[in-house]
Amino acid sequence: MLPHIDYRELPRALQHMLERDRIDACATLPRRSFLKLAGAGGLALGAFPHLAMAQASAAGQAASALKPTQQPLAFVQIAPNGEVTVTINRLEFGQGVQTALPMILAEELDADWRLVRSRHGSSDAAYVDPLFGIHLTGGSNSVKNSFTQYRELGARARAMLLGAAAARWNVDVATLRTQAGQVLAPDGRKLGYGELAEAAMALPVPEKVTLKDPKDFRLIGRPTNRLDARAKSSGRQDFGIDSRLPGQLTAVVAHPPVFGARLASVDDSAARAVPGVKAVLRVPLDRGAEGVAVVADGYWPAKLGRDALKLQWDTSSVEKVDSERQLAQYRELAGQPGPRHFDADMAPLATAPRQLQAEFVFPYLAHAAMEPLNCTVQLSEGRAELWTGSQCPGLDAAAAARVLGLKPEQVAVHVQMAGGGFGRRFSSSSDFVIEACAIAKATRAAGLNAPVRTLWSREDDIKGGYYRPMHLHRARIGFDEHGQVLAWDHVIVGQSITTGSVFEGFQVKNGIDATATEGMREPYALPMRLTVHHPKLNVPVLWWRSVGSTHTAFVMETLLDEIARATQQDPVAYRMRLFGDKHPRHRAALQLAVDQSGYGKKPLPAGRAWGVAVHESFSSVVAYVVQASVKEGRPVLHRVTAGVHCNLAVNPRTIEAQVQGAAVMGLSMCLPGAAITLKDGVVEQGNFGDFSVARITDMPEIAVHIVPSADAPTGMGEPGLPPLAPAFANAIARLTGKPVRDLPFKLA
Amino acid sequence: MNTLNVNGRQHTVDADPGTPILWALRDTLGLTGTKFGCGAALCGACTVHLDGQAIRSCITPISAAGGKKITTIEAVTDGSDRVGAAVHAAWVQHDVAQCGYCQSGQVMSATAFLKSLPRGKQPSAAQIDTAMAGNICRCGTYARIRAAVADAAKSLA
Repeated sequence: MLPHIDYRELPRALQHMLERDRIDACATLPRRSFLKLAGAGGLALGAFPHLAMAQASAAGQAASALKPTQQPLAFVQIAPNGEVTVTINRLEFGQGVQTALPMILAEELDADWRLVRSRHGSSDAAYVDPLFGIHLTGGSNSVKNSFTQYRELGARARAMLLGAAAARWNVDVATLRTQAGQVLAPDGRKLGYGELAEAAMALPVPEKVTLKDPKDFRLIGRPTNRLDARAKSSGRQDFGIDSRLPGQLTAVVAHPPVFGARLASVDDSAARAVPGVKAVLRVPLDRGAEGVAVVADGYWPAKLGRDALKLQWDTSSVEKVDSERQLAQYRELAGQPGPRHFDADMAPLATAPRQLQAEFVFPYLAHAAMEPLNCTVQLSEGRAELWTGSQCPGLDAAAAARVLGLKPEQVAVHVQMAGGGFGRRFSSSSDFVIEACAIAKATRAAGLNAPVRTLWSREDDIKGGYYRPMHLHRARIGFDEHGQVLAWDHVIVGQSITTGSVFEGFQVKNGIDATATEGMREPYALPMRLTVHHPKLNVPVLWWRSVGSTHTAFVMETLLDEIARATQQDPVAYRMRLFGDKHPRHRAALQLAVDQSGYGKKPLPAGRAWGVAVHESFSSVVAYVVQASVKEGRPVLHRVTAGVHCNLAVNPRTIEAQVQGAAVMGLSMCLPGAAITLKDGVVEQGNFGDFSVARITDMPEIAVHIVPSADAPTGMGEPGLPPLAPAFANAIARLTGKPVRDLPFKLA
Repeated sequence: MNTLNVNGRQHTVDADPGTPILWALRDTLGLTGTKFGCGAALCGACTVHLDGQAIRSCITPISAAGGKKITTIEAVTDGSDRVGAAVHAAWVQHDVAQCGYCQSGQVMSATAFLKSLPRGKQPSAAQIDTAMAGNICRCGTYARIRAAVADAAKSLA
């Protein structure tokens, strides 16, 4: 997501939000944590940079010139017993950032890893992305953008602890060193960080610190188990859905059957009669729609109440998209002139000795994260608190303020552990958050003074939109007998994700959304003309794990493979030739996958074929070498070998997990049932029975190998996804002799 | 009023007898380790044990639990259950969880499966897949789930 944001280009709106958040810092105190920690003593300022500054001022010290993102006091708490709690400036929703960022900070802090804990931040200004200046979990940016930030935070905190020890012992700080949560003096004296924390807290925060030489890393680069592994496998990890505020009510919403539709009539008499139902409320929804919220003392009565509603919808003024008609429209559009992303001389198409024409169709896809969307809202006079698993708590806070008629500084979003997300928790319109706020507001207006948790059913999630857009790709390629491409005329048709959102200004250029074209052409130096059409349709679309590369990687890697096959070339050697000397990371990732898989050396069992693909997304490169077969007309993926280049591997254990998981999500795209379709404006799927995702029985054997590197790390949340489907398709094409051009795969 | 035996304790639940066990556990008894994923017995996130059998609590009404024992993830992983403890330990050792949301259900299915085997019997790879096929993990932790179930079985031998 948002791979192209240049922080220097941040539009005025986002800058404004950032300024607001700075002012807002005071208003977003997690009060309960403060009270608990204030009683506990120790270096326990946590998310209270303003408090640190106030105390520093009271002690006669000048307030630090450091930005909130550089203040260790906002990120590290050290309890008297030595426990170090690191606050993460991202949403943990599976990618392992809740372990990776503490590892980075603990490395420079010289913490005892056994005593390191982690917790989520909030919409507080300290927790913005240090490069983008907004709160954001996306684009595989967490470790990439916060690597230096968290190292410096750890180094600053360590310097303060050293300073406190030097003062306690009255020795030169230069004679002291640190090791595993202790400060050590040359004469053998030791002080634990927990004993020093309170004194360290009162010291000024150093602006300049020296970071470790990477050869001295003890934690970074070591395969490390997740900090949340134990809680998450014993039911003891709370997620947003597990919110249990005193007196909390639960709301379930009847959403319109067609996006944006309004209510013609409401008969809620039966719903109101359901025991436990407290209120039935007509509420405004996202995209100008209306809905009916049933508020009850639990999910089940609220759901029964919703089932009992008799609603008539007015769909006369909204477009009713139909997938079959839409495909015909896209085909027609593909033949028309449009804005060009790349251009090249297409004259060789007429004379090229070899020709290839192809059309690809990619359906809408739901994110289908396992935790259904939810958001809990507590309103009091002039204040709102939200608890939700948000990828963009700052934007969500601003959207909530608009709905609630509050000032932004009166809203706090507390980020909750999330059961997956894959982009859905970074809705460009904050759709599920503003829905929850509208319901909380209406509930309060109805005289019920209680926190309200709005909870979506699985059907709400599958039918609720914000899908990976449907895309049509069309290519006409001329090449020679050596596989040299002479001209490549390419068209993409699909809805723009960012048009109409706050990100349009720097993602859409010359009418082309960069999130639709990312992954096209690069790294191959091809004479390509790329025309892009962005039709506007009444289906909400959004980034979905790896965004544009979910379709561009498939198109590029299967077409190049087809050219290699047509010219009797080995697909690995062909790609290596195209990479030349300019793409050493691609070469290294592919070579590692080739070497580890036994490709070209190991004989395969009868009926199996090799498939290869390599793709860079979000600054990391993943190559797959796979083995597949066709069994009773169905494609089967047997074995996957991954070669990964993400520069320095902060936590190889998590990187392996991310590649395994992204491969499964990529596999899901290929399997029957992986499509959202619409009939007369209504989404046809509703649950895991008809929108199917990969199960354990679909799981191939998988081995993940990482190219060693000492360069600054790049992210791994998404890059494992794009090359899986094309590698699988290339193997199938080798078996059947026919290219795979549709997702999910159609072998007819 | 309905009486439910949950994790060895009797609870009185004031809810419609048709209320799924899932919501009695989560909203009434505050046992939120059991998760809501689909509401239609399709994903396995809500798996609990009813008299030792793995069931989908999202579609099983509390009226079906009369006189029976409900066991949830909280009790299976509190150290008191030999098989549950082995599964939990294997899950931690293999660092299975990513987002973790489905893992309560995965652990409950794995535990019921291993309890169903004759003591000391090691499951085949195909048996593990069949036993776990009803539990969706959207993060795709299946490779580590396979390894963790196999290791838990070994540790119980």
